[in-house]
Amino acid sequence: MVNYIIRRTLIMIPMIVFITIVSFLIITLPPGSYIDTYLASLQRMGGQVEQERAEAIKARYGLDDPVYVQYWNWVRGFPYGRLGMVFSEDRPVIDVIAERLPYTVLISSLTLLFTWIFAIPIGIYSAVKQYSAGDYLFTFFGFLGVSIPNFLLALVIMFMGLRYFGVNLSGLMPARYMGEPWNLEKIMQVAQRIWVPIIVVGTAGMAGLIRVMRGEMLDQLRQPYIQMARSKGVSEIKVIIKYAARIAINPLISTIGWLLPQLISGGMIAGIVLGLPTLGPKLYDALMIQDMYLAGSIIMISIILVLVGTLLSDILLAIVDPRIRYD
Amino acid sequence: MQQTPTTKFGDKGRDKFMNGKNTLLEVKNLRTYFDNKEGLAKAVDGVDFEVEKGETLGVVGESGCGKSVTSLSIMNLVPQPRGRIESGEILFHSNGEVVDIASYPPHSKKMREIRKTYLAMIFQDPMSSLSPVYTIGSQIMEGIQLRHNVSKKDARQRAVEMIQRVGISPAEQRIDDYPYQLSGGMNQRAMIAVALASNPSLLIADEPTTALDVTVEAQILDLMMELQEEYRMSILFITHDLDVIGEMTDRVIVMYTGKVVEIGSVQDIFYNPLHPYTQGLLKSIPKIGRHKELSPIRGSVPQIYNLPDHCHFAPRCPERMDICTSEDPPVFNVGENQQAKCWLYDEKGGDR
Repeated sequence: MVNYIIRRTLIMIPMIVFITIVSFLIITLPPGSYIDTYLASLQRMGGQVEQERAEAIKARYGLDDPVYVQYWNWVRGFPYGRLGMVFSEDRPVIDVIAERLPYTVLISSLTLLFTWIFAIPIGIYSAVKQYSAGDYLFTFFGFLGVSIPNFLLALVIMFMGLRYFGVNLSGLMPARYMGEPWNLEKIMQVAQRIWVPIIVVGTAGMAGLIRVMRGEMLDQLRQPYIQMARSKGVSEIKVIIKYAARIAINPLISTIGWLLPQLISGGMIAGIVLGLPTLGPKLYDALMIQDMYLAGSIIMISIILVLVGTLLSDILLAIVDPRIRYD
Repeated sequence: MQQTPTTKFGDKGRDKFMNGKNTLLEVKNLRTYFDNKEGLAKAVDGVDFEVEKGETLGVVGESGCGKSVTSLSIMNLVPQPRGRIESGEILFHSNGEVVDIASYPPHSKKMREIRKTYLAMIFQDPMSSLSPVYTIGSQIMEGIQLRHNVSKKDARQRAVEMIQRVGISPAEQRIDDYPYQLSGGMNQRAMIAVALASNPSLLIADEPTTALDVTVEAQILDLMMELQEEYRMSILFITHDLDVIGEMTDRVIVMYTGKVVEIGSVQDIFYNPLHPYTQGLLKSIPKIGRHKELSPIRGSVPQIYNLPDHCHFAPRCPERMDICTSEDPPVFNVGENQQAKCWLYDEKGGDR
């Protein structure tokens, strides 16, 4: 097992090198650069185009260099924690990521927790009481959750908050707390608002998870070992939890890995609508204005998360399912 | 040969001197139905039989004749929500007390109590009948700890003994193996160990050797007979393999479309089969040295939806008479210990 983990980690190194190349190529694919986009938007607004300044920026960031030179300039900073500059804010990419990653992780993990805490028991219930009124009810709400677009639900919740409770739910905290040191008041403010993105993004993932759990449970409940356990006199609740659910959950565990990259991309649109200080909206902005180092770095991080997540899933699966061995 | 019609099976077909004292299980007019999409399936439709203490009762019939549903009904584990015990009694005798299994809800505490104390079951497919994520030891210990109030250490000790007893060695090491680490035959032994660990009075074996090859089958059957002797339990042995029936059982019931069609001692069934269905089953077994062509029963088991009121075997029966397609035959006593549900044994018979 330890050997396996080491081997997998070593294989990840060339993979990551390859990923940096692909990420970089992807963001340089669109014609032009940040400067071109910037100049174009300035012109559109009738602003003064400072040709000299543009040339200076281009030269400073090497935007006219060949792609491989730009790539090399980007990656050689990695060992020192440099991921390039954010053109639009004129500060290092790493700062933006360091500022937004904690919120991203916080919101995403709470969302995940919310989804699992509800989806798994509901999935189990729906399977055990298949075709009951409760099963249909949960299925109905589940599909409702999937079919309502995230951003719409976000808008509705914000509207209701403002209209009926007079609370502005956009963002994670009122603007005046931004950049302030953490204190109880600030935490309370965040706690008051953080449930909105959790519910908005969570309800979307929940139905899928419920269906998977329900289907797996139904499969397992049909297995002969279930009858075998009952024939021993094991109580029904134990048959369901200890026998059926214990195995039904394995496929979910194997998908934990895919959830990691969703930390960033999941709920991007909802994040924009809600004005969240997370990485998703930032990636969107960066792509719009061709802020290439920022976009490339976020894309690279999310692909690396796929790799790490997959490894994590494989390890977890080996822990929960004794049939899986890595030698 | 004297023939008297009776209304149900079970009055005869066993030694009279044992009557009443040594009965372990009485199944009376059992009906188990399933609400399937295709309609109401009367999987078990008015079945009567009894199991004596210490005997092995064989249940034979083609697939889809209600053998397994009968056994699941006795365990009160009919698959829900589609299936249910519609009516009838399943009387279980223990310590001078009689309980009706059919009267308890399947997941009731009382029913669990009966299962863990008196009943045990081995299933057809050993590879899928043990949970893949728990060691065989822990699955044996679970039953022991449910049955007897013992410490984990004692339960483990007893589990080691059971594993030894069913011939898995070295028991001390194999106890911590997972089912996937054992072969099919070894898993079947492990399942027998799980079933017998609680020292049951009645073991229901639902085609326990169907998934195994013949040499392993012989070993498992020997093991079961040995253990039966040792634990003095009754076995309800369900199979479609008549050779196994001949080897294992004392008495046999033959089932067709959810009904018992013949009941008798294993000798009677083999040497003097009464019902044309039993005769047909016997003629379908290939034998070394016999050069006659096999004569399997024509046709196949009908779907158990909307069956007619007359004999269900009539369409496939080589000895069909007019009455067979108009009236349902009652059960006729033939000789001392044999009964058949067939018009051939009616005194007024002969109007073929």
